[in-house]
Amino acid sequence: MADTSAKQVLLEPIFSNNPIALQILGICSALAVTTSLNVTIVMCISVIAVTAFSNLAVSLVRTQIPNSIRIIVQMTIIASLVIVVDQVLKAYAYEISKQLSVFVGLIITNCIVMGRAEGFAMKNGPWLSFLDGIGNGLGYSVLLLFVAFFRELLGAGSLFGVSLMPVVNEGGWYIPNGLLLLPPSAFFIIGLAIWGLRAWKPEQVEVPEYKMSRHKAKEAF
Amino acid sequence: MEHYISLILKAVFVENMALAFFLGMCTFLAISKKIEAAVGLGIAVVVVLTLTVPVNNLIYNNILREGALGWAGLPNIDLSFLGLLTYIGVIAAMVQIMEMVLDKYIPALYSALGVFLPLITVNCAIMGASLFMVERDYTFGESVVYGFGAGLGWALAIVALAGIREKLKYSDVPEGLRGLGITFITVGLMSLGFMSFSGISL
Repeated sequence: MADTSAKQVLLEPIFSNNPIALQILGICSALAVTTSLNVTIVMCISVIAVTAFSNLAVSLVRTQIPNSIRIIVQMTIIASLVIVVDQVLKAYAYEISKQLSVFVGLIITNCIVMGRAEGFAMKNGPWLSFLDGIGNGLGYSVLLLFVAFFRELLGAGSLFGVSLMPVVNEGGWYIPNGLLLLPPSAFFIIGLAIWGLRAWKPEQVEVPEYKMSRHKAKEAF
Repeated sequence: MEHYISLILKAVFVENMALAFFLGMCTFLAISKKIEAAVGLGIAVVVVLTLTVPVNNLIYNNILREGALGWAGLPNIDLSFLGLLTYIGVIAAMVQIMEMVLDKYIPALYSALGVFLPLITVNCAIMGASLFMVERDYTFGESVVYGFGAGLGWALAIVALAGIREKLKYSDVPEGLRGLGITFITVGLMSLGFMSFSGISL
């Protein structure tokens, strides 16, 4: 991994090796915050910051950590960073931090942060790890913003809280699709997003466990 | 009593950890290919949640909460910002202790749970339940019931999903949707089903 260029480390996780779509990491805390773009962006920035700085910190101390307690050390670093983010949000964006409720705290158990610290930062230098953190944070953000875009536009007829399609209740013409504000829609949108991504990059398609055999019996043709 | 039954119903069905709050999704999607594995993980989650939520509740109410240190002569201290660090520490420690106790006294269950126990530390459902407990200000009794209910709901969801996926692998899914994609859509449909429970209360 020594000759990996910085650009590659930064850009690869966004589409080719997306943490959500391909590595199944970090879906946990994220989906509940995608009903409006404002909240989503705050969440994305928090995750990018935490991933980048935890990668940096873990990478800096990686030669000092005894192998047997590395998980707890990583956990402590991540938890401290999340506390900082949580306090900053409470101080400067109180309304949004109320909406995010427990999900800021859940960044700690977000598998992306932990997975990158364990999988990348433990083996690479601080600068590359920092970039890898930003890259993976961005990959996560892209998918999250994609989901939030559709949920807010079709569910509430607005983007960033600015009404684009005036809804019927306020005298407009658009009848909002309430389903998109409920949990199931997030699953559907991510499923379809993965489908789209894999149609674009077919090498990501999973190998089937079973192949259908062709019809052998001649039925009533 | 009625209050507790209502709370448990709410935690299992209406506010299902996995399907309504998306918590514990990583493990939920990764370990739901086989029913046996899903059952093992489900049991482990129920046990860990029933233990950690009350313990965190005690810690929060007696040490961290604003003014809670009054018994030590320090009534003006608010340690609640340390919450996140404490909860994750408690969870990691509880999982470790449970692993050792099971290994010593119930080796059969220990080997059945195997690799799932350490995985639980990073399961967001566990952390999420503790955070919800703090946010909603549960009493000790409520936190026991809530922890158990939340775990049960999660276990139910993962076993159901594993059942569906075991059948699903024989079906002819479009190429791009294969694997993860179709799983997400299945979970979406399950979540839609669970939404029909909303509004139930005793």
